[in-house]
Amino acid sequence: MLGYILRRLVGAVLVMLAVATLVFFMIRLVPGDPIAAMLADAGSQEAREAMTRRLGLDQPVIVQFFYWFGNMLQGDLGASIYGSNQPVMKILMEALPKTLSLALISFLIAITIAIPAGIIAATRKNSAADVGVSLFAFLGLSMPDFWLAIILIIVFAANLQWLPAIGYAPLADGFWPWLSHLILPGIAIGTGFSAIIARMIRSSMLEVMQADYMRTAASKGLTQRVVLMRHAFPNALIPVITVIGIAFALLISGAVVVENVFSIKGLGRVLIQGIQNRDYPVVQGAVLLISAFFVLTNLVVDLLYAVIDPRIRYS
Amino acid sequence: MPLLDTQNLTVSLTQDGIETPLVRDVSFSVERGETLAIVGESGSGKSVSSLAIMGLLAKALQIQSGRILFEGRDLRTLDDEALRQMRGRDMSMVFQEPMTSLNPVRSIGSQIIESIEENLGFSRSDARARAIDLLKEVGVADAERRLKQYPHHFSGGMRQRVMIAIALAAEPKLIIADEPTTALDVTIQAQILDLMARICKDHGTALILITHNLGIVARYAQRVNVMYGGRIVESGDARAIYNAPRHPYSEGLLRSVPRLDQDRSIPLKPIQGSPADPFTSISGCRFHPRCPYATHICKQEVPPFTAGVACHFPLTADALESAS
Repeated sequence: MLGYILRRLVGAVLVMLAVATLVFFMIRLVPGDPIAAMLADAGSQEAREAMTRRLGLDQPVIVQFFYWFGNMLQGDLGASIYGSNQPVMKILMEALPKTLSLALISFLIAITIAIPAGIIAATRKNSAADVGVSLFAFLGLSMPDFWLAIILIIVFAANLQWLPAIGYAPLADGFWPWLSHLILPGIAIGTGFSAIIARMIRSSMLEVMQADYMRTAASKGLTQRVVLMRHAFPNALIPVITVIGIAFALLISGAVVVENVFSIKGLGRVLIQGIQNRDYPVVQGAVLLISAFFVLTNLVVDLLYAVIDPRIRYS
Repeated sequence: MPLLDTQNLTVSLTQDGIETPLVRDVSFSVERGETLAIVGESGSGKSVSSLAIMGLLAKALQIQSGRILFEGRDLRTLDDEALRQMRGRDMSMVFQEPMTSLNPVRSIGSQIIESIEENLGFSRSDARARAIDLLKEVGVADAERRLKQYPHHFSGGMRQRVMIAIALAAEPKLIIADEPTTALDVTIQAQILDLMARICKDHGTALILITHNLGIVARYAQRVNVMYGGRIVESGDARAIYNAPRHPYSEGLLRSVPRLDQDRSIPLKPIQGSPADPFTSISGCRFHPRCPYATHICKQEVPPFTAGVACHFPLTADALESAS
């Protein structure tokens, strides 16, 4: 088991190095450059050249790459080439808790809706409840998250004034301030995912409920509830875990758009601003962090399989 | 009063608004401690009638008419909760597929223990102790360790032993075994059937043994019902039917399996044609298209069930002799 985890972690590092390399070159393929982004048409030719030299952008790309790659391996992601020239690591570490908090709340909202909805839809197939869940899933998947975010702000923040419309409060300020800032963006991101997961749970439950061992469980005289929760749900969860894992990682990309609507300065916002400014080190660092998140989530999902399904053993 | 008394049971499949009877007007009874065999090909309605008794019919299947009396109580008049309480406690079931009948992600122990807890109200530790005893009784060695293992650690025969332990968990009065050995190796089949016979004898449990092998019936059952096309076509003493079947279908079933007490030079004879399709209507006797002795009356009139056989021209011992 430990050996398996170690092998997977080595694999994860290789994936991230590949991602880092790709991102380095891809961001440089984007038309425009940082100098143009910063100085626009204002700077003189001399100012442009001075800045290019200062940022090391006058070097051949391959030299820049090895310079950056070498520093990255030592844990130095460089500094933002824009504005206050903050270290990229500092920018990311400020943004990360916000995005992680948002991902966590969205995820909790998604599964809190999806699990009961999926189970009810499966056990009462073709009933009004099932149709209701299908309708909800259809709507949830169809609504763009930024649109839902705006509607939520209009209704719950602007009109009802129940929750704050924008911004973020760290957990250190207290649980409720933290949570209250995350509920609306959490719903905006979580709704779509709850729709996907609810549909997965429904179809997976329907399949499991046909299994022979369900009949065995019923023949023991167990109550319907015990049969469903002890014998159907855990088995139905096995394929759903994969989707939940992918969904959890994708929450980050959902956050990119929604963070902007709610003015939360999380990873998504850092990434978007970085791209707009052609702030190469920031974009490279942010993508690297997000890919690390993906890789780790995948590892956790694979380990979860073994917890749920005793037939799976890693060695 | 018999333990189980099924009277004129008819079970239909409703599909796209069309009702198709799968079990037609079936009546039989089981005494306490008795073993009754129900024999027939796939689709003869033997599994459906047993699921009807257990109250485990799929939604599309419904009991149209008839009564199922268990210790005199009509199961059709009971609500779901009362039926649930009878399952496990009064009657239980061993299924055909040991490979898929156990939950793959729960330990063997938990699957036995939950039945003991539910039906006998034992504490966890008492239920565990009983589960170990049950596993020993059904011949699973090293029971304590195997309790913690999962179905994939067990062979087919061993899983069927576990299924028998589960069926036995709450000392039911009736166990229904639906083709319990069909999925197993021939060498294991006799072991499992011997085990079931011994256990039912030791515990005084009645057994309904569903099988398509009329050859094994004489050894394990006192009485046998032969089913064809949803009906009982012959019923009676197991040994008598084994030695002298009266319905041409029973004869066909016996001739299609090898017998140890017969000259090996007699070739096996399959029953011509294919089993009656419940979705096609067949006039008269449902076996007539496949019956070597059929006459015009067999095509027109449903034979009444009299003196243990539903046939216009039941075989006599002489006829059987001359045919072979």
